[in-house]
Amino acid sequence: MSLGRIARHLWPTVPVLIALVITGLLLVVFGVSPQVGFGAMLQGAFGDPSRVLSVAAFWVPIALASVGLVVTFTAGLWNIGVEGQIVIGAIAASWVALKFNFPGPMQITFEILAAMFAGAIWAGVTAILKTRGKVHEIFGGLALNNLAIIFTNYLISGPWQPPEGGTFRGTVPFPAKALLPLYGDSRLSPISVVMLIAAVVVVFLLLRGSYWGLKLKALGKNPSSAFLLGVSSERETILALMFCGALAGLAGAVRVTSWFDSLRQSISGGIGYLALLVVMLSAFRVLLIPFIAFFFSAVLNGSITLQLRTQLHSSLGGILTGVLVLMVLLFGELRQLKRFDERRVGSRPDE
Amino acid sequence: MSDSELVRILSSIVLQSTPLAIAVCGETITERAGVVNLSLDGTMLLSAMVGFVAGLLSESVWVGFLAAAGVGALFAFIIAFGSIRLRKDQFAVGFVLTLLGDELSAFLGQNYTRIPGQKVSHLGIPLLKDIPILGPIFFDHDPVVYFAFILVGITWWWMFRTQHGLRLRSAGERPEAGFVRGINVNRLRYIYTLVGGSLVGIAGAAYSLDIKLGWSEGHTRGLGWIALAIVIFGGWSPIRGAFGALLFGASKALAAALQRSFPEESVVVFNATPWVLMIAVLLLVGSDATDRLIVLAPRRFQSRLRQLLRVRPPGALGTLFIPGESGGE
Repeated sequence: MSLGRIARHLWPTVPVLIALVITGLLLVVFGVSPQVGFGAMLQGAFGDPSRVLSVAAFWVPIALASVGLVVTFTAGLWNIGVEGQIVIGAIAASWVALKFNFPGPMQITFEILAAMFAGAIWAGVTAILKTRGKVHEIFGGLALNNLAIIFTNYLISGPWQPPEGGTFRGTVPFPAKALLPLYGDSRLSPISVVMLIAAVVVVFLLLRGSYWGLKLKALGKNPSSAFLLGVSSERETILALMFCGALAGLAGAVRVTSWFDSLRQSISGGIGYLALLVVMLSAFRVLLIPFIAFFFSAVLNGSITLQLRTQLHSSLGGILTGVLVLMVLLFGELRQLKRFDERRVGSRPDE
Repeated sequence: MSDSELVRILSSIVLQSTPLAIAVCGETITERAGVVNLSLDGTMLLSAMVGFVAGLLSESVWVGFLAAAGVGALFAFIIAFGSIRLRKDQFAVGFVLTLLGDELSAFLGQNYTRIPGQKVSHLGIPLLKDIPILGPIFFDHDPVVYFAFILVGITWWWMFRTQHGLRLRSAGERPEAGFVRGINVNRLRYIYTLVGGSLVGIAGAAYSLDIKLGWSEGHTRGLGWIALAIVIFGGWSPIRGAFGALLFGASKALAAALQRSFPEESVVVFNATPWVLMIAVLLLVGSDATDRLIVLAPRRFQSRLRQLLRVRPPGALGTLFIPGESGGE
């Protein structure tokens, strides 16, 4: 094997190593040996079966939102608003859980449907702002994220405040039948895993073999020639964003009905932004999403254990994943360091 | 409301808007050269933290500002290098840096939260501050405020009244046209992205060392995104951008004044003000509806209204320029 070929095979591990070295150095600077620090993270993620289940429970909503984002990225859309779509989905599911009483499994079904509907509508607002108002989806989405979070805080501190009052933390716990059935004592719901697998399959088939998938790709590659081919950019933009919004809303429902049992102040806590990183790392390949999302979930769960054991801030996990994604983005392909290609960087923003 | 109270409110709006105006000015320079630095929110958080800690340890606000400018320049360099040299998506790199700056500021600053530190000292300008009404509003502040005035003025003059500014704008507007006139487009983009990024860093430190004194996790979160929106609302002009910053400062002061007369549980709703305003101003300058409204106005005002309300991004914003090929668009 030639040296060049070996280098090409080893290249993908380089960003991982750089991320580990940088976080390791940070640990040293803060007086924790990397062995202890990374050991705590590994223990926290995989130390015993209950921790693995916790990683899996945290993983499902990240992966759901990421799968949705593959669709919007394919259409060339920056759906930063995914965070708000998760939050609004959580609010809608909570609304059904708190205010309605349907018989048996109808209850949770309606919660999930309400969450997907609300997520799709919230994303639709971003889409309309873009197509009709020429507000770039980054700004529309970001503003709507903050509005959704503020709305949550309003509900928790106002109309949905628990009767004992005073808390700014969450609503009363939902009744048992309004929650997803959980596996053992864990917070993982097998039904949510099934829904995730279904979402992966649907999006894979959609982008691989459907006419709509082809139209989205055309839109993402070159909006102006897609228009000449008869692809309505407005229609596909709205549909792609709403599709992603529905999956993000589902992620929000999973958060309130399995990870938590009520609507909380930081109900998403940045899962949407994390999902954006997952998708960037996957290079938009939907079958890779579950694995990358699981890795992210493990790192973040591990860093919470790190904080408990060493008193170091848990943002170290975010630094590790952030550096990793940055390195892959910048130096992902070895050849690209030398090659001159004509590909344009980004598309012209139309704000 | 008495006169003196109104003057006090206006004076505080000017003060509160200052860091935002500095950040907007920096990003305007960057985008005029054709590069989008999307990382503002993370850059400001990290530079606010680094500026505060550097100021604390060295007991000098100057060191604090210098360190903050360095952080801003470093992030800007990563974006410039990534997009110009490596030809990677500058939005993606900028977004990752946004998150990374946030996480780094939380981690590196974890032992420095909620403690007293250095503060820029007050400096009323003699004579000018004694002018009735205008004096207290504009000239009885900290030096950071005067820095913003001067910065906005100089940037405007540089951009629109000098040869350098013409080259800067050509790099962002029609890079191929600049190229045939012998301008090294990509070198200019590097330089102005770094200059813009340093200013964003200074804006972050202007919060932690003066206007929003101290450091805590998420100290300036959200403000970077607002600055990015103001750049668009400001039509990529430093002076209009400064007015945009004042508008956001004023809305905040207004919300603060209003919420006193509302019941306590609805106070959180006022946090929504900047985000609603963000969508509103972007709709105003972007949507076709504004055009339709302008047509309803008396004809002789139409062109002036259009100039006032409509904006157009630099022609080659966010695109790659490869010398010798028809870059830009």
